[in-house]
Amino acid sequence: MTDMAQQSEAISDLAPQEGSVVLSARGLSKTYGAGEAEVRALIDVDLDFESGELIVLLGRSGSGKSTLMNILGGLDSPTSGQVWFQGEDLTGVEEHAVTQYRRDHVSFVFQFYNLIASLTAAENVALVTEIARDPMRPQDALEMVGLGARADHFPAELSGGEQQRVAIARAIAKRPELLLCDEPTGALDSKTGVLVLQAIQRINRELGSTTVLITHNQSIAGMADRVFTMADGRLVDVVRNTQPVDPGAIAW
Amino acid sequence: MRVRGGRGLHLFGALDRKLLRDLWRLKGQVAAIAVVIGCGGAVLVMALSALNSLSLTAEAYYERYRFAQVFAENKRAPDRLLLAIRDIPGVQTAETRISSYGRIELDWVAEPITARFVSSPERRGGVLNRLAIRAGRAVAAGRSDEVVISEPFALARGLSVGDRLPILINGSRRTVRIVGVALSPEFVYAIAPGALIPDDTRFAVVWMDHEALASAYDLDGAFNSVTLSLAHGAVATDVIAALDTLLERYGGAGAIERKDQLSNWFLMNELDQLRALATVLPSIFLVAAAFLTNTVVARLIATEQREIGLMKAFGFSGWEVGLHYAKFALCVGGLGVLLGWLVGKELGQFQTMIYNTQFHFPFLEFRLSWFELTVSGAIGILTPVTGAVWAVRRAAALTPAAAMSPPTPQSFRKMGGAALAPIAARLDHATRILLRQAARAPVRSSITVTGVALSVAVLMLALQWPDAIQALARGHFHDTMRRDATVAFFEAKAVETRFDLGRLPGVMAVEPARSVPADLVGLTKDMRPRGIVHRGALDGVAPGRGMEAAIDADGWERPTPAAGVLLGRMLADKLGVSAGDSIRADIRTGVKPSVVLPVNGVFENNMGMRAFVNLGDLNRALEDPPVMEMAFLRLDPAERTAFYTALKETPAISVLSVKKHAETKFHETLGETVLIFVSFFVGFAAALGAGTVYNAARTTLSERSRELATLRVLGFTRWEISYILLGEIALLVLIALPLGYAAGLGLIWVMAKSFETELFRVPLVLEASTIGWTLVLTLAIAILIGAVVRRQLDHLDLIAVLKTRE
Ligand SMILES: Nc1ncnc2c1ncn2[C@@H]1O[C@H](COP(=O)(O)OP(=O)(O)OP(=O)(O)O)[C@@H](O)[C@H]1O
Ligand SMILES: [Mg+2]
Repeated sequence: MTDMAQQSEAISDLAPQEGSVVLSARGLSKTYGAGEAEVRALIDVDLDFESGELIVLLGRSGSGKSTLMNILGGLDSPTSGQVWFQGEDLTGVEEHAVTQYRRDHVSFVFQFYNLIASLTAAENVALVTEIARDPMRPQDALEMVGLGARADHFPAELSGGEQQRVAIARAIAKRPELLLCDEPTGALDSKTGVLVLQAIQRINRELGSTTVLITHNQSIAGMADRVFTMADGRLVDVVRNTQPVDPGAIAW
Repeated sequence: MRVRGGRGLHLFGALDRKLLRDLWRLKGQVAAIAVVIGCGGAVLVMALSALNSLSLTAEAYYERYRFAQVFAENKRAPDRLLLAIRDIPGVQTAETRISSYGRIELDWVAEPITARFVSSPERRGGVLNRLAIRAGRAVAAGRSDEVVISEPFALARGLSVGDRLPILINGSRRTVRIVGVALSPEFVYAIAPGALIPDDTRFAVVWMDHEALASAYDLDGAFNSVTLSLAHGAVATDVIAALDTLLERYGGAGAIERKDQLSNWFLMNELDQLRALATVLPSIFLVAAAFLTNTVVARLIATEQREIGLMKAFGFSGWEVGLHYAKFALCVGGLGVLLGWLVGKELGQFQTMIYNTQFHFPFLEFRLSWFELTVSGAIGILTPVTGAVWAVRRAAALTPAAAMSPPTPQSFRKMGGAALAPIAARLDHATRILLRQAARAPVRSSITVTGVALSVAVLMLALQWPDAIQALARGHFHDTMRRDATVAFFEAKAVETRFDLGRLPGVMAVEPARSVPADLVGLTKDMRPRGIVHRGALDGVAPGRGMEAAIDADGWERPTPAAGVLLGRMLADKLGVSAGDSIRADIRTGVKPSVVLPVNGVFENNMGMRAFVNLGDLNRALEDPPVMEMAFLRLDPAERTAFYTALKETPAISVLSVKKHAETKFHETLGETVLIFVSFFVGFAAALGAGTVYNAARTTLSERSRELATLRVLGFTRWEISYILLGEIALLVLIALPLGYAAGLGLIWVMAKSFETELFRVPLVLEASTIGWTLVLTLAIAILIGAVVRRQLDHLDLIAVLKTRE
């Protein structure tokens, strides 16, 4: 609770913080539908992400986690409120600018791996490196997730965990400032899940990408620098972890 | 547990509501397929209804007005021969008459008008070839000053009952009174000798009292034409043989069956063309529609695999599930059929209207019978259902467990193995994606290619049609007919007559000619006749380069040889001979000589079965002095009127045909209708192309939306992902183009073949402009559809796509 109080103080002066803060949001709200069918998926969310942080976003199903992440990543736009990335306002800009933002700074990993079935693992990664400004080699990205040997395999020839790691390799290959992962382990068993989480943690450490990890799993929160908790569309709790643990040590 | 009887109470169950939503969701594709089916259905309804209207009308007309079954012309046979003719076994009724050409000379028309004079069939209780009197009455017996004239001519020239008509028969003038206006089953398609297209302003049929005609033509107590009806079961060829024997001594020119009777021949030929139209074109559209339906239903089933599993788990039978998807196809077919009916009815009405100007029946109404509706309806509905069945069968066969298990990710292979690796390495990813996608769905890719290729083919057919007609006209009127007019005499004249003609005002050059009926047969190297005998004519013309030009395949003009015969391509093909072979001509007039003629050369022609010989040789063979029956004239355009006026004072001339008039009529008649039909078919082809491309693009979009959304999330722009989607379509269209051109050539050939007759054939003409326009239109359609689909791509819901599992 004290953390939350601090957080509230920190953001009370509306100007987003300079320096280590990469991403800030103020007063974010998202409402779906109208009248009877109105759903308030996000209500007045304020937050700041510091550079290189690993954030775990917890919350019950339907609490608004994905909605928040999609808005932060430029996939969706808020009903009201603003988002700044490195001091630049992302809300209300043209579609093209948002595409450019995604292209240059953000990467996503989803529960369903969303690989291009007609491209090999290496090609799936190369897809991103070709349009990025400062990419790593596809092979290096695959090696970071421990799949250097499977570069030439098509998605159909990989297991679910391997496919998810290819998706992660694809996400990190452009050295994103922001890595957004929406339940990346949701479709995996715990052992495979650990491999995936280790890959994410390693990338967060080695590349310094600010990483947001959405999960239902409380125990995963142990690997985070900060843990955000959402309930009914509101950000209700922010806890700082002084001793983040290795996912391998997490029991789940 | 599902209660079996319970669901029966819900006439409109949940599944049906799903069906409606599916139809609505896929409305674009549903409409596209329905339009393609509609095009096929429309052509089918149009052709079948026209075919039906025309053939039933003709049948009824022939029946009611006792159209004869055998026709013979001869020079002069005594009336008493009729008894012998009636005794030929198989003859039911025989009627003799006089039939000859003459002229009508209206004060207000510059040129003489060709008329066919025929004994009034009403005489002495005649029953054959009765007239359908449209106004007034028949000629009264013994009234030599009364005539009945053909209705089309009366209408074209504003003549009516009571008017006086100046005529010229057998060189003598008189004025008669029109007492009736009529139609005859013999002249449904009424054309002047040598003409192809009716010109109602310049050709008339005049029915006159038999005795009056007999005395005018010096045929008292004689006849020169006989028509027969046959007893049930009689063999026409036997009767004809017997009749020919009887008429042999009296200058018989050979009897013909009804099927060879000119008017009927044209009518039947039209029916054949309609049959060809009714089969070839609808097939193309319906086959394409079946393929398209298959694509859509297969995709629908693929996306609903899990729902199918659920439905089956709930207890729906495979049959019920299959029926659900079959109903989808049924609805698509139903929509298409309705569309086909509506458009087909319009087209049919239009077609009948055209027929009414070309063919003259006392009654020809557009009739849309249950037959066309049923046939087109059944075919239109069966087609998409057939297309769907394959896909539906799979859905019905799916076990619930298999259906609910996640789909195995599609397997891909690298392209082309090692050989293509260097090329593949150079491709960017978007290109690689689209190439692999196109290769992964070979069936759908082929369907798209087929559909577009067929559209290209139909487009080509439609666009080259006017060119072909144009080429036909140009070849006939300009390359071949190097003259302005042709005149025919009532009887053969000494060739010196040409000097008299040459003195007429406006005549710049005269060339004598003669055409005699002959049976032509090709000879083998050892001079034995080949099978096919062509009953036609030998044309004697002046040797050398004349006013009837013969152009060979290389474009050289072939002079008429001093000896031997020059054959037109159509006749040479029929007789199976080429230059260097010989033919035998059994001339069926005069002393009826048989001559063997070396084939001197073959020239290209598209109109008529032509055989040219030296006029001098022809006369010698016939043991005649140098005579001519016709003359080709070149006229001074400035003095046409003077020429026509002078011609009126030249009673020896029976028929005048003026090239300018024939050509104008040709273009008038064909020009408009061809243009209208061409625009329809261009529209149909465009619909086919657009429907195919739209379907392909939508199906691809539906399959790829997840990948495309992923790429958008990765930061690809709209244009970049459009390239993946539309690039595949573009690739398939580019593959389809050359195939379509090849198919188009085939289609043009098939249509030309099925339209080919002994009178004319449509040349295979392919102008660069046809290729160009086909290309432009096809690309325009593809780009237009691409733009439509791209707009839908902009509405791709990234989040919705990504949060669901495929
Ligand atoms: N397109 C939409 N239309 C209407 N409501 C929506 C839409 N998308 C999300 N919602 C609603 O918004 C709320 C938040 O959804 P969101 O997907 O952000 O939840 P979540 O926290 O990610 O849940 P989960 O853990 O189940 O993924 C939910 O109540 C959901 O029903
Ligand atoms: Mg979620």
